[in-house]
Amino acid sequence: MEKKEEKNYIISTIVENKPGVLYRASNMFRKRAFNIDSISVGPTERKDLARMTITINGDEPIVEQLVKQLGKLIDVIKISVLNPQNTVIRELALIKLHVADAKARSDIINFVNIFRGRIVDVSIGSMMVEITGTPDKIDAFLTLATTFGIKEIARTGITALVRG
Amino acid sequence: MVKMSGSHALIEALYKEKVDVIFGLPGGAIMPVYDVLRDSKIRHILVRHEQSAAHMAEGYARASGKVGVCMATSGPGATNLVTGIANAYMDSSPIIAITGQVPRAMIGKDAFQETDIIGITTPITKYNFQPRHASEIPETVKMAFQIASTGRPGPVVIDLPKDVQTEVADMDFPEKIEIRGYKPNISPHPLQIEKATELLTKAERPFILAGGGVIISNASQNLQAISELLLAPVATTFMGKGSFPENHPLSLGVIGMHGTLEANKSILEADVLLAVGTRFSDRSTGKIDEFCPDAKIIQIDIDPSEVGKNRAIDVPIVGDVGKTLIELHNSLSKRLEKKESSLWSKRIQQIKDELRDKVRINQEKDLVPQKVLKELREMLPIDAIVTTEVGQNQMWASLYFKVYKPRTFISSGGLGTMGFGFPAAIGVKVARPDVPVFDIAGDGSFTMTANSLATSVSENIPVTVVILNNSMLGMVAQWQRLFYNRRYSAVELGECPNFVKLAEAFGAQGFRVDSIDEFKKAVKQALESHVTTVIDVPIPPEENVFPMIPAGKGLREIIY
Repeated sequence: MEKKEEKNYIISTIVENKPGVLYRASNMFRKRAFNIDSISVGPTERKDLARMTITINGDEPIVEQLVKQLGKLIDVIKISVLNPQNTVIRELALIKLHVADAKARSDIINFVNIFRGRIVDVSIGSMMVEITGTPDKIDAFLTLATTFGIKEIARTGITALVRG
Repeated sequence: MVKMSGSHALIEALYKEKVDVIFGLPGGAIMPVYDVLRDSKIRHILVRHEQSAAHMAEGYARASGKVGVCMATSGPGATNLVTGIANAYMDSSPIIAITGQVPRAMIGKDAFQETDIIGITTPITKYNFQPRHASEIPETVKMAFQIASTGRPGPVVIDLPKDVQTEVADMDFPEKIEIRGYKPNISPHPLQIEKATELLTKAERPFILAGGGVIISNASQNLQAISELLLAPVATTFMGKGSFPENHPLSLGVIGMHGTLEANKSILEADVLLAVGTRFSDRSTGKIDEFCPDAKIIQIDIDPSEVGKNRAIDVPIVGDVGKTLIELHNSLSKRLEKKESSLWSKRIQQIKDELRDKVRINQEKDLVPQKVLKELREMLPIDAIVTTEVGQNQMWASLYFKVYKPRTFISSGGLGTMGFGFPAAIGVKVARPDVPVFDIAGDGSFTMTANSLATSVSENIPVTVVILNNSMLGMVAQWQRLFYNRRYSAVELGECPNFVKLAEAFGAQGFRVDSIDEFKKAVKQALESHVTTVIDVPIPPEENVFPMIPAGKGLREIIY
């Protein structure tokens, strides 16, 4: 099979909201050797359904096979490969930063404001920041943040919804 | 609504699914079910090892087209089923495995004989269930049968905590059930049928590759009709053996690593390949890049994930094989007239005539597997069912035991499970008591599940085992001869055990034969006596299976 161009894909699925569904999905990824970038699961407007959002970097045949394998899982009810042009994509990151002095503290506050983030915790020598946005925006903030020194990062992975 | 225990509900639900037999072995965590089973109309067949119960259920399923059911206790009982479940998964066989589980409150506490069978079997089942309340059991069983037997069939596990088995609840047995995440696509898209018709009517050298899906879908007649209309030769995959009569003028036998010369050579001349119910396994195609690189390929499969998984496809058709072949035939017959012969069909006949006797067969000896199997074929009626073990015996059977009807050749294809054939034969015989059932075995494989002799004899399920006995793990030995410079490592089994005495110890009859005449006499005795029979046939220890395509090589590189 010819090598096709690799791209980032976001796959949004509606699944049964019951124990073991995430295991079945992640087990399939492992078994079929799909290398997933992120996966996030959360409830939907209906109690019995959950939304599982998967991001993967790959070529078209890989993504097509991933979608087909997901479709075979009995607990997966609906699958859509999202078109980034038509989709609101968000990720949340919590970042604990090293704060050397008062200047660093005010610089961090400035940057967080520019990125429309929030300071969620402050202690002597560190601050915790919350940034929400596209993964690119979070990456950009992290690049800036390295100048202060990053202590810890927690990222949720992407979640997404189609517009309209 | 009826009030009853979980165990009663299970047996009642199985009964409603028309289950007439369960293969199993009891233990602590499944005792409430066994207590109810004792008084039910469902026959229980006691095995001596749970692996055999799963193989028996699969043999039963593949011979009958119905769902086979096996049952075991928690822990080791459940893990012993695993090989059989994996086998059914690889070969798309509908079986249901019921396992006991420790009581709900003990789950996750590493209780005695607890094992996470849901976690263990998730990658090798179509689905698995662990009802947490007895009231879920009727619905669970209904779903399990629907999932196992429809679409691309496969195994389903139902894991029942012991206190769910004893819990009493109001039971509602649904007649039908809707599973919202499970809707197999049965009907092919008309546009794809049109595209396939277009390709096939223009084809000069159409070729059909028939897989196990043809047998599962009971589509052999439809396949034959298309083959005859197109004058397209048919090679089957190993799993497809039996889907097309091997004495038909357009039959080329089995393709692949140990396929016939005719099949492996002529497929490379095809300009359009119609692949039906096959997943292009590496054992069938050889090196995939060299498999019909210039042919246009049409693939029919009910499982969308199989279409284009291993090979790019020109016309993919997702749908039930039988239904699709009927629609394709209707569409083709509007454009094509049936003919007696074509340039291509003559070419195929020429290839067959040229290659028929090209494969070396040991002429010095009589008791060689090729001759033994041809003899066996002549002695068995056309509807006799044969199972095989795994290894050389299996590949000789594939090459030299010709099969004329679907569901009369049952073997472990995808997983390649040594020890499958004998218990599978017992399951087959339960489904089809009206026909002779033979297991073509090797000494290595048969020894793995020979304890099923106890089941065969004590449950009065007479089958015959023909052991092609080379005192070797023959296929491994063959690879060591060919690819490891004859350095034999851990393949010599010696003359152990004495199979006649082994058979007799279990109450079966055993024969050791030293000539073709003695072999024929033993087969005749087996056919007439209706007693479990073991026929030990000593064959030359260094006999190879040919033709052979070395692993990772293309079809062209066949040796013979």
